[in-house]
Amino acid sequence: MSFESLEELTLTAEKNGISLFEAVLRDDMEERQVKYNESFEKMQGLWQVMLKSADDYDGSRRSASGMAGGDAQKYREYTNTYTALAGSFISEVIYYAISIAESNACMRCIVAAPTAGSCGVLPAVMIPYNKRYNAGNDRMTEGLYVAAGIGQVIAKRASISGAEGGCQAEIGSASAMAAGMLVYLQGGTNEQVKSAVAMALKNVLGLVCDPVAGLVEVPCIKRNVMGAVNAVTSADMALAGIMSRIPADEVIDAMKHVGDAMSESLKETAKGGLAATPTGRKIAEKLLGSK
Amino acid sequence: MNIFDILGPVMVGPSSSHTAGAVRIGYISQKLLGSMPERAEIYLHGSFADTGVGHGTDKALVAGLLGMDTDDMDIPNSFEIAAERGMSFTFDKIVLENVHPNSVLLKLKGHNGRELKIIASSLGGGRISIVNIDDIETHFTGEYPTLIVHNLDQPGHVAEVASMLAHKSVNIATLNLYRSKKGGYAVMILETDQEIPPEALKWLERVEGVIKVTYLSIKE
Repeated sequence: MSFESLEELTLTAEKNGISLFEAVLRDDMEERQVKYNESFEKMQGLWQVMLKSADDYDGSRRSASGMAGGDAQKYREYTNTYTALAGSFISEVIYYAISIAESNACMRCIVAAPTAGSCGVLPAVMIPYNKRYNAGNDRMTEGLYVAAGIGQVIAKRASISGAEGGCQAEIGSASAMAAGMLVYLQGGTNEQVKSAVAMALKNVLGLVCDPVAGLVEVPCIKRNVMGAVNAVTSADMALAGIMSRIPADEVIDAMKHVGDAMSESLKETAKGGLAATPTGRKIAEKLLGSK
Repeated sequence: MNIFDILGPVMVGPSSSHTAGAVRIGYISQKLLGSMPERAEIYLHGSFADTGVGHGTDKALVAGLLGMDTDDMDIPNSFEIAAERGMSFTFDKIVLENVHPNSVLLKLKGHNGRELKIIASSLGGGRISIVNIDDIETHFTGEYPTLIVHNLDQPGHVAEVASMLAHKSVNIATLNLYRSKKGGYAVMILETDQEIPPEALKWLERVEGVIKVTYLSIKE
């Protein structure tokens, strides 16, 4: 891949007079030696899986540990009965983030985006967006290219793995990818896309990866909600013309430095944070002991 | 990493390293064996041993050994399917030296009597590495067609293999050589850009000094 920074990605697009989506797609054609349609159809296939994984939700399923499942259904019942504080769009985002992350925990089919643990963030903003604006499958696929291009730069400069960089690298990366994508879909400028990425990532700097019993359930599922909502608010701020004072590429580098400085106990080892609380330990003992 | 390493794989949850990577390890291992195993002894190391059951690592490994891909909705039912298809398996924990925390040792026996011992690691994001085959250290990912030749440590075997591949218009992407001791037992591992034709593999099996030929095809 050829983009070392978001700056380089946006400059390449501007120099060639093409959109961010097309810049990422052309790079993929070059990288994997594939035709335009081959690349586009593969990406559209991922969008279709995201839609399917949302439809597939069943609130009666539980994960192998018994900790995860049924919460998205609870949220749906709540919004059907009451007016949620969050308003209708964000309420939909919350619902889809929980449902897809719960399906993942229950061994259903999802798209790792960028990881399985953060698989709920992108579809949680995309599905309500598509419903509200009738954007259509092609436009949503364009959005996925923008998200992937952002994710690629983050993976290159920092990390998208909780074991390497903490949750900021997983949910944080997913949130930044989703934020930039939303600005793109709304027709924002490339500068606004970068600002949204920067703001989304800044908000979660330092977030640790502390899964109870080492499983992708607690607190991962609810952090998908946070990542998705953070993407929407960051995109809205950028679209309003609020700019990040620190450029996106520097924020990504800061995320790497924070991740490097983070104790190993807070990087997916289940030895610190929530995993090390009395309740977290008790759950782990019960699950590992009963094996 | 290309953009489909960032978005993807399409997979059955919950973990790209502990579930999708485990499926992939099983899948590549049965390809290396040449068939679904009749019997599989599975030894989990590190994080695979500690959190494997909650992540479905056990079901994922068996699913892969049955030939399932990472997005197969039957992964959660792999134990039952193995019983139907006549594959027996056992699980145990093990502590391996100098390996990634997400690693597994597989001792496989095929229907043809062929045996294979593999250590593989799941590196994150669904990507894997085969790090040991039959007690020889290796490093390959299973993303390319891969040829593994066990032979006596004598002059000429690398040249024989290379010229055979050239003859079949197969380009070598990477080549690694290992041996147990001088004049003992040697292994060469080649990743290639094209598939190696079956008749070429048969020929290789009959070459004097060649002990065992294992081939990983990436064709579905």
